[in-house]
Amino acid sequence: MKDAHVYSHYRDTVIGAVVDLAAEHPEIVFLDADLSSCIGSTAFQKAYPDRFFNCGIAEANMVGVAAGLASTGLVPFIHSFGCFASRRDYDQLFISVGYTHQRVHIIGSDPGITAQYNGGTHMPFEDIALMRQIPGMVIVEPSDAQSLYELTQQVYENGQSSYIRTPRKGISFRYTTEDHIELGKGIELRDGGDIAIIATGVLMVDAAMGAADILRGKGIEATVIDLHTIRPLDTELVEKAAKRCGRVLVAENGRYAGGVGEMIASHLAAVCPVRMGFLSVGERFGEVGNLSYLSKAFGFTAENMAAKAEELLAK
Amino acid sequence: MDKAAIDALRDAAFSIRCSTIREIASFGSGHIGGSMSIIEILTYLYYREMDTDPSDPGKETRDRLVVSKGHAGPAVYATLASKGFFPGEWLSTLNQGGTRLPSHCDMTKTPGIDFTGGSLGQGFSAAVGIALGQRVRKLGARTFTIIGDGESQEGQVWEAAEAAGAWKLDNLFAFLDLNGQQLDGYTKDIIPQIHIPERWKSFGWDTREINGHDFSEIEEAIEAAKKTPGMPHMIIMNTIKSYGYIPGEGIKSNHSMPITPEGAEEAIRALKEREGRV
Repeated sequence: MKDAHVYSHYRDTVIGAVVDLAAEHPEIVFLDADLSSCIGSTAFQKAYPDRFFNCGIAEANMVGVAAGLASTGLVPFIHSFGCFASRRDYDQLFISVGYTHQRVHIIGSDPGITAQYNGGTHMPFEDIALMRQIPGMVIVEPSDAQSLYELTQQVYENGQSSYIRTPRKGISFRYTTEDHIELGKGIELRDGGDIAIIATGVLMVDAAMGAADILRGKGIEATVIDLHTIRPLDTELVEKAAKRCGRVLVAENGRYAGGVGEMIASHLAAVCPVRMGFLSVGERFGEVGNLSYLSKAFGFTAENMAAKAEELLAK
Repeated sequence: MDKAAIDALRDAAFSIRCSTIREIASFGSGHIGGSMSIIEILTYLYYREMDTDPSDPGKETRDRLVVSKGHAGPAVYATLASKGFFPGEWLSTLNQGGTRLPSHCDMTKTPGIDFTGGSLGQGFSAAVGIALGQRVRKLGARTFTIIGDGESQEGQVWEAAEAAGAWKLDNLFAFLDLNGQQLDGYTKDIIPQIHIPERWKSFGWDTREINGHDFSEIEEAIEAAKKTPGMPHMIIMNTIKSYGYIPGEGIKSNHSMPITPEGAEEAIRALKEREGRV
């Protein structure tokens, strides 16, 4: 397995994973919607100019074109910012890709508040909820560059349409090539018996690890799960954590309605109900600011997550 | 095309019209208007132009047709059945639970349907993608697509038109069913579309305008388009909504109509008489 340390940003990593796949799979094509220099799909264009198509600022058409390409036997990866890649072209994703059983891999960048300076118009809070409504759609939100590289390749190998939710800027590593990263299998990063924190994505898994440190200082041991695959849900791991800890806090960089927390809650309600807490975007829209400001404004900090955990434990 | 060839196409179109009317009558109602207006182009494409194989409908190198105005499914099914893509008996299952012939064209259900239509505008983008895929994969095949004039109110149509023009997809042949009507009435009374040929030309399309019920004009336009490389092709077909289902011709609400089996036979008799077939 390739070491993702060769990359310097998440964007290079996700595109690098597709470029590497494309070397072995001539059926892979890439479509962008005038954001190729933002995600770095220009690297794909450079490597495979005849298999790259910039569709311009026309996301609905991009999705339809991708579905048409797929019906001829090609496998398109497409990119836009997560808000446009999900909300703007939703009927096209639902009908032209989902309903027709065509296979398209969608990269939605800048999840939740990581859109930062592009502000509220560019913040995908509801993309997970939307993608969940499309039967068969796989959803991943890796929490570091190594898992981003590996899961991007795994969703291709899996063969179903997928939504890859990833930040563009910066890079961090939690895993090495030695770690076992498997689509559909969450990773237990810490093993504690008092409360389980299930988190998705770089921002929330980082905060969850910080929260677990804070809680340990107070004598509370937390299990932390990196739920890198949102769909299909790793029910086994979620149930195991719920049964062991009896308290589950779900942390996601997105809206509560239809999101990861509701998904886990509805599953646990049916098989092993436990008291749950949720850290997510509430009844509000996004706003502009840097990540530090926004993390505080939305409560996506280790401190707030630890406080939420304590509240849950007190109930 | 000589007279015999035209007569053969007219006979095929008549037969497909009758099948379509009876098919809709078997269910009791359906999208008769937009089905009838594209019978000639469907007949011409499947009987004269497209390279398809009913025994191998998924053949990669085939020419493909996307009926983006997917509500014309009944006409497409009658045409496909006439070519042997599936048994003619299927036509009487239109819209019944469990059918392989749903009201709107569905590629996952029906042999010979190359892409799904129904959410208007989407099939047209897919047709652009298919033509592009045929080019990328060097399949040497062509994509045909039929869109509606009401459908052309969808912004996605123009996004797709712009992309196809930019990509110079000369293996893409589009037909606009310009029947002047949509569900709520006449397009001129809803959102009028003006300068239609000029619009398509300005998007980089090789554009022609014909009588969509005249086989000679259809042939002439397609042959001329085939000789025009480097651009996608738009053939604007002036048509009459419900053409050939006489009770629906010239009325406002002919998008979807109830038809009884008796009404169907009566309409077919009237059409026979008008075409001098009795």
